[in-house]
Amino acid sequence: MLIINNLKASIGGKSILKGISLNVKPGEIHAIMGPNGSGKSTLAAVLAGREFVEVTEGTVTYLGKNLLDMAAEDRAKEGIFLGFQYPIEIPGVSMVNFMKTAVNEHRKHKGLDPLSASDFLKMMRDKKELVEIDSKLANRSVNEGFSGGEKKKNEIFQMAMLEPKLAILDETDSGLDIDALRIVANGVNKLKRPDNSFIVITHYQRLLDYIIPDVVHVLYDGRIVKTAGKELALELEEKGYDWIKKEIENNVVV
Amino acid sequence: MNEISEITEKYLGLYKENINKISGISSTYFNSFRAPAFEKFREMGIPVKKNEAYKYTNLNTFFDHDYENYFMPVPADFVKAEEFRCEVTNLDAHGIVLLNGFYPTLNEKLRQLPSGIWIGTLNEAAIKFADIFERHFGKYAKSDTDGLVHLNTAMASDGMFIYVPEGVAMERPVQVVNLIQSDEDTFTQHRNLIIAEKNSDFSIIICDHTLSPQKFLTNAVTEVYVGENAHFDLIRVQNEHNNACKITNTFIHQEKNSVTSSNNITLHGGLIRNNTYHILGGEGAESHSYGLFLADKWQHIDNFVNVDHAFPNCTSNQLFKGVLDDMSTGAFNGRILVRPDAQGTFAYQKNNNILLTDDAKMDTKPQLEIFADDVKCSHGATIGQLDGDALFYLQSRGINKREARLMLMFGFAHEVIQNIKVEALRERMDSLVMQRLKGELSRCASCMVKCM
Repeated sequence: MLIINNLKASIGGKSILKGISLNVKPGEIHAIMGPNGSGKSTLAAVLAGREFVEVTEGTVTYLGKNLLDMAAEDRAKEGIFLGFQYPIEIPGVSMVNFMKTAVNEHRKHKGLDPLSASDFLKMMRDKKELVEIDSKLANRSVNEGFSGGEKKKNEIFQMAMLEPKLAILDETDSGLDIDALRIVANGVNKLKRPDNSFIVITHYQRLLDYIIPDVVHVLYDGRIVKTAGKELALELEEKGYDWIKKEIENNVVV
Repeated sequence: MNEISEITEKYLGLYKENINKISGISSTYFNSFRAPAFEKFREMGIPVKKNEAYKYTNLNTFFDHDYENYFMPVPADFVKAEEFRCEVTNLDAHGIVLLNGFYPTLNEKLRQLPSGIWIGTLNEAAIKFADIFERHFGKYAKSDTDGLVHLNTAMASDGMFIYVPEGVAMERPVQVVNLIQSDEDTFTQHRNLIIAEKNSDFSIIICDHTLSPQKFLTNAVTEVYVGENAHFDLIRVQNEHNNACKITNTFIHQEKNSVTSSNNITLHGGLIRNNTYHILGGEGAESHSYGLFLADKWQHIDNFVNVDHAFPNCTSNQLFKGVLDDMSTGAFNGRILVRPDAQGTFAYQKNNNILLTDDAKMDTKPQLEIFADDVKCSHGATIGQLDGDALFYLQSRGINKREARLMLMFGFAHEVIQNIKVEALRERMDSLVMQRLKGELSRCASCMVKCM
């Protein structure tokens, strides 16, 4: 599905990602954990196509194509979805209009006709139910005046509408209370299929009580320094990140 | 006294040559305002950039032109205008067609709509409703700085009169389609008077369309009286070609506990200057002033708002937005005056603008003059570009950049449109704004209300 090979990237001349390699297969859930400033969100930004991040080295292959050559909107239409850490408020643009435009762009890309108004509204209803989003949110402007939890739920709702092949959730759990966290996690679990994959970026292990990852990576100082199964997340929760930092520093000294 | 400019001189001459002809069709009371107004105009002249209020707007190219016609249309022209029938999708409105700002003088010059309101020509009203006319005419259109208001008073030959008697609540808005059309380059000055008495509720939509390519200059004055407890909404839609200049001077006088809104939507126009004066002339009055413009090429759009808090416990709110493309320019000047007695005032002002190119230019100037202590005022102005984060957010959902930009501009504009209370009109405005942003609405050939 996604093969990242020795990816290096910088922002404004400052090197952030210092050689990341990662292989995500269909049906897998990868968790990327790490302390603040380790490069987690930058990795998500590179994958989604933000222009302010400059890729200096390495390759990213998505479904056999060079991902880095593709515009952000084309990546989305090819099935990549980024759940934002800080979803953007867009006053004056209604959720309905936003999602209708997005869904129909995806359909056009697949050679399908646009959905009729009634089919579209039915789809909205079904997906809202699936992710347990308050139906009133859909009538408002995109994220405008939404609480932190509502914004994150809205990301999951959009994911449900667009049915991505690869979803990258950037700290979707941050700032959520336990009920919202459960709704977000349930949404992910309901949308999981054998042919789609998730990269769940998170600071805390908490989310991984609900979304069980196949692989856990630890990102530190722009590199993946540790990769293991789901038990790694528990170990991190217990011991924090310091022991990993120490381990790395000791290795460097040795 | 300032030296009189050559351009001002020209209009002084025009007045002298034609005053008998103009006065001939107006009432004595109307005419009694002309000579004093002419003197004031002589003092103030045609505004130039030296006038603080016209610092960003140069009117010379339009006032320095020799027009072929300076007067109201003749009956034969009105016959042509009457042939236009207009409809706005789903909009349930009484339809009135004006020509170059003038109410047709063909048949009934003043008529009563089934709802009880009267509508017709100003000159006819000055006779039939003499006492109402004399109680209100010339009482609100006042300016110590703008000579154009006085030029209008001195020379306007006629205009539209609307009278909403006490307690009359209109379920439907009145739609006025003002066709600007002539075979000759035309300078038109019309004068409107709208009276919404105590406890009445009235909405009016005035749409301006240029329908012929001649050069047009309009200097219009509208006086509005809103009685105690009355509700009044004015929506203007301006859609004029690039060789047309429109100057509107709207004075809305409010009595106690009245609520009004004014919404200037400029879809297209060469040079537009909207002067909107809100006079909060009674305790507990509330006014909302909205504006939206979309400019491109060499267009220049200027909104000047003056809110006068003269009584305690009044509320005012201003929201003006502009989207400027190409090398277009715009200006916003929002003055809030809180007089010493106006305790308990709430006054808000917001002006946001988006520049789509490096060549577009916007000047914005808040002007707050507060002489009372118990006052809550706020103002904010921004001039910027489309939000890059928002753009990326839309793109990350598969929406291409062009479409994403359109959506953001539309959303920006919609914040003004959403204040229109008539749902059908709100939807219509949304779709017109979208068309305009896509560049599909050029001139009035594709007239917004499908005139024909």
